[in-house]
Amino acid sequence: MSAAVQADPADVAGSAHPLAQRRPLGDRVFGWLALAAGLLVLVILVLIAVTTSQQSTSWFSHEGLSGIFSTDWDPATDHFGAMAFVFGTAVTALVAIILAVPVSVALALLLTEVVPPRWARPIVYVVDLLAVVPSVVWGLWGILVFAPWVQHIYSSIASGLTGIPVLSFLFGGTNTSGAAFFTAGLILAFMITPIVTSLSREVIATVPSIDKEGAYALGATRWEMIRGAVWPHSQSGVVGSVLLGLGRAMGETIAAALVIGSSPAITSHLFSPGYSMPAVIANQFGESSGTFRAALVGMGVLLFAITIIVNLVARGFVERSARRAKGA
Amino acid sequence: MAIAAEQPGVDLREPAGWRRTKNKIATVLMWVAFAAVLVPLGFVLYTVISKGAPIISGQFLTGSIPPNIMPANFGGMAPAIIGTLEITALAAVMAIPLGVLGAVYINEYGGNRVLARVIGFMADVMTGVPSIVMGLFIFTIWVLHFGYSGLAGAFALACLMLPLVIRSSYEMLRLVPDSLREASYALGATKARVTLTVVLPAAIAGIISGALLAVARASGETAPLLFTIFTVEATNSNVFSGATTALPNQIFANASQPYVGAQARGWGAALTLIAIAFIFMIAARVSTARFTRYSR
Repeated sequence: MSAAVQADPADVAGSAHPLAQRRPLGDRVFGWLALAAGLLVLVILVLIAVTTSQQSTSWFSHEGLSGIFSTDWDPATDHFGAMAFVFGTAVTALVAIILAVPVSVALALLLTEVVPPRWARPIVYVVDLLAVVPSVVWGLWGILVFAPWVQHIYSSIASGLTGIPVLSFLFGGTNTSGAAFFTAGLILAFMITPIVTSLSREVIATVPSIDKEGAYALGATRWEMIRGAVWPHSQSGVVGSVLLGLGRAMGETIAAALVIGSSPAITSHLFSPGYSMPAVIANQFGESSGTFRAALVGMGVLLFAITIIVNLVARGFVERSARRAKGA
Repeated sequence: MAIAAEQPGVDLREPAGWRRTKNKIATVLMWVAFAAVLVPLGFVLYTVISKGAPIISGQFLTGSIPPNIMPANFGGMAPAIIGTLEITALAAVMAIPLGVLGAVYINEYGGNRVLARVIGFMADVMTGVPSIVMGLFIFTIWVLHFGYSGLAGAFALACLMLPLVIRSSYEMLRLVPDSLREASYALGATKARVTLTVVLPAAIAGIISGALLAVARASGETAPLLFTIFTVEATNSNVFSGATTALPNQIFANASQPYVGAQARGWGAALTLIAIAFIFMIAARVSTARFTRYSR
């Protein structure tokens, strides 16, 4: 039965029937074109990996594998350690995720479980507007308006927390311009909220309504229904969408380049200026050459590898959750 | 039976006490999350409009880019506006047909083949590749051999748009009912003819809308253009050769300038860029609303 449904009426090429010879040339050419367009995706991904790796070989031969783990970055004296940038990328992405995920999941629940569909649509438009604002506009606003504004808040928080063990460790540090790890993390959080929200919403919308009605029938409040019926179903899908947001935050370039402070530093102080991999590539690629340029391209390769892995894992989670929803 | 009579009366009122309070808190927190999104959005849009609108004038839209020290009422952003429109259009011309064809392969030709599923999966993964990596890629594969040009920038933007177009077109092709395809096959049409004259027209509204959203997203991208068009101040109407400029790159350059005039032109450019992206987005919504035939 299922074989009969899947049989392709136009695909006679495999059969010994004389019809196979009558399939016109134009038809076959169109099929090949479509296949070529599909394969283009794989070709581009492979080419990205190969060509950028080739361009960065002189970094690896110059610094060895320790190039990634060394903190010594000084182009003037030919030292290209990437650790400070890896650290900055990780910290800003983590800050962004920690700030954006609760908001995004709450928004997704609001849109699917609380607000009637008629009202949900305008709310979705508003949230999507965050994604329409280009990265460079977030950066422009971040450095000219937002950073000077949060700088006062930073300094009052930092002075208020002096002496308190863990908090002063995280939120201390002096800052003169407001450009910092935390500023970059905040702006990245604004930027990834729409994508995490829309993916979580899609996942949560697949929860079978019979489960939800069952929970209500047992006398659950809406919150108890969400915890008991919605959450177990959508858990892995939400984890996947969070990972996709993480990948987005790590690769975000221009906004981070403008507001992160542009000073390679490894510090626990979130309010002090730092640097991230995409930001240093954007800011310094133009004036680089030789090993310096190879090191910047090498960081691009690293970024590509990390985001590909994060995306593969994330898509795995999302697909698993989709399969489970279909099976239920 | 007697047991039923012995049971305590079932309380059908709303849950009281702590359970009810928790539910209230959760609902309030969800609305707080919405407010948390509204505040930065309102803040950034208000700033861009209030600082950008006074700059926008006929002169701003048609004038050439002046030196950064010049005050705000000097010159304009015409080279960048022209560059953005040219590069985005060229990228769209490359990415949209290829993306739609790719989606046709996945949905119409792939069937249950592993290759089709791999291509679909990798297109999803490709949407997560950072835009700056696309810029580095085109730099190494094109700019190193043929130099900076608008075309190189368009290649980078097209790489960014391609997976988005594939994704959205695939979703739309999936909605086209099989009965349409079967009816055309029964009339003796070839597969290419069925796809081109029946399936694609049926899904065209959604495909256009997805493509426009991809264009809107690409038009605001800076990072892929940094190393492909090189950002010069002069107008370069030849998109196929020579360094050129685009709005996002000009904003990026002006954002780190200490001069008030340059910053003001940056705000004007930001408003122009948001307006361009917004027009594409509204066009996408209109296209979905007016021409949709099938939906889930």
